[in-house]
Amino acid sequence: MDTSRSYLEPSSFSKKLAATIIIVYTVITLIPISWMVMTSFKNVNSAISYPPEVLFEPSLEGYVNLFTNRSRQSQEYLDSLPAPENWYEELVRSREMVITGPSKFLGRYSNSMIIGFGSTFASVFLGALAAYAFSRFRVPLKDDLLFFILSTRMFPPIAVAVPIFIMYRKLGLGDTHLGMIILYTVVNLSLAVWLLKGFMDEIPKEYEEAAMIDGYSRLQAFFKVVLPQAMTGIAATAIFCMIFSWNEYAFAVLLTQFNAQTAPPFIPTIIGEGGLDWPAIGAGTTLFLLPVMIFTIILRKHLLRGITFGAVRK
Amino acid sequence: MSVKKKFKGLSDKAVAWLFIGPSVFLLLAINIYPLIYAIRMSFTNFYANKIGREPQFVGLKNYIKVLNKEAIWEKMQVTANFMFWTLLLQAVIGLGLALLLNRKFKGNELLTTLIVLPMMLSPAVVGVFWTYLYNPQVGLFNYVVNFFYDFGSFDMIGSSELAPWSIVIVDTWMWTPFTMLICLAGLRSVPNYLYEAAEVDRASKWQQFIYITLPSVLPFLLLALLFRGIENFKMFDMVVELTSGGPGSATELASINLKREAFEKWKTGYSSAFAVILFVTIFGFGNVYVKVMNKIKER
Repeated sequence: MDTSRSYLEPSSFSKKLAATIIIVYTVITLIPISWMVMTSFKNVNSAISYPPEVLFEPSLEGYVNLFTNRSRQSQEYLDSLPAPENWYEELVRSREMVITGPSKFLGRYSNSMIIGFGSTFASVFLGALAAYAFSRFRVPLKDDLLFFILSTRMFPPIAVAVPIFIMYRKLGLGDTHLGMIILYTVVNLSLAVWLLKGFMDEIPKEYEEAAMIDGYSRLQAFFKVVLPQAMTGIAATAIFCMIFSWNEYAFAVLLTQFNAQTAPPFIPTIIGEGGLDWPAIGAGTTLFLLPVMIFTIILRKHLLRGITFGAVRK
Repeated sequence: MSVKKKFKGLSDKAVAWLFIGPSVFLLLAINIYPLIYAIRMSFTNFYANKIGREPQFVGLKNYIKVLNKEAIWEKMQVTANFMFWTLLLQAVIGLGLALLLNRKFKGNELLTTLIVLPMMLSPAVVGVFWTYLYNPQVGLFNYVVNFFYDFGSFDMIGSSELAPWSIVIVDTWMWTPFTMLICLAGLRSVPNYLYEAAEVDRASKWQQFIYITLPSVLPFLLLALLFRGIENFKMFDMVVELTSGGPGSATELASINLKREAFEKWKTGYSSAFAVILFVTIFGFGNVYVKVMNKIKER
């Protein structure tokens, strides 16, 4: 331990004070998120009661409503039906409704998965190649190219959405998974190259040179020596790309509609009868935000390093 | 150089182009081409929904129209207000939190992670669930505010005085962690010997803060604000879902207006001119800001 530092250590009182303020802030900042999770387990009536209910009888109504389409029926019609086969049908019947089929939520969710993973893989792979080349070779106009790659992030998405919309219509990529994967890959590419170049710079050149003296070609050395060494950087970059694609809204809402629509433009449309189905919105939000929150907590070291790293480098 | 020739496989030059090529191609095709296309469209009277019609060249007419439209300046004003308050609040709160977290108490790392959670979430989905929190009849936000001071009934989203604040609050809630993290990185980069020397010179804690801590964090804070500034100038998703620019146009930021012109009225030529003006504005401000920032860093 660094003992020479001890007299610079903050006093234990000031530490306690700092910890208290931070804990209070943390609690306040987590209230909106926890409230949404709680709402997902309420029934429709307790979600709209005032004052807001902190203690409530948990219900899965929100989740049932999220995954099903329902229609309201008269009491006579409901009486004429055979007894409900399972618990969720019973729940829906008790609201004087019948299930008419599954909702679009699962499809939208899996679109988010496919497009998220596809574009993350592509941008990290292409980004790693480009970053390696920028890090190791003398590329003509290197600094200009790097700046050009970064400045593409300054375009407002809507500014290029119309041309992309027209271009995609011509190429048959409109409202397709492939189209969205390509688009997100490109949006993420600038950040991926930028972040990964920093990580590649840290790997000593001698590693792959030794491998090449042992008879590896440059390509083999890259795949077998450099890539495994850069795994931390690749993981950090992948998380960022994944989070961006998972959360992206502007392009998704403008360029997709039926086939390749992702969850973020879909969730607001779950609002339900009379605009009051907050538990269903809560359920959709919870299921959508959960993976990101788990990811963030498990991978916090890579993630926090990546955020500061990306910003702090010039 | 001659040594490298002995290695088998492709030459370094070929590998370099093979590795950079695909990225540059994709950026050119999906980023630069659409941008040039948009710039070209901005000089025409093109409507993207009228496919058969040949667009005509109209010169600078679209630009003149955009700049002469009073409504555009209103949107710019709304955007400027939004940026001013969000950046100010995020700078103050973010720096404050970073200073506190830098005291390295127990559980520090876990708390940092929890504080960071909001900025990982989807802005559009965040916008949706805040409409529930802001609901004037049943919202938690209104309940909590009235618990501390009874304002009676108020509507954060529905009233044109409060709506601009509703988006400032949500953006600050979401993105303060970002300034906090960058400032924290800055604080951790200050070498200890500076404080040791100050201690030897009997500088008070306050003097240490003013003459050592603040100047070392400032470049980091300014950088964080640059990133947030660019993002908030382009702000779209969260605000669309929270207020959709309303009531009236109280929260209609520049890019929400742009989306309306481009995708609801389909005035492609006009909206492209507007987009170019927005882009030049970001780029111009960004460059000036970076120059000022570098001056501060040099001192």
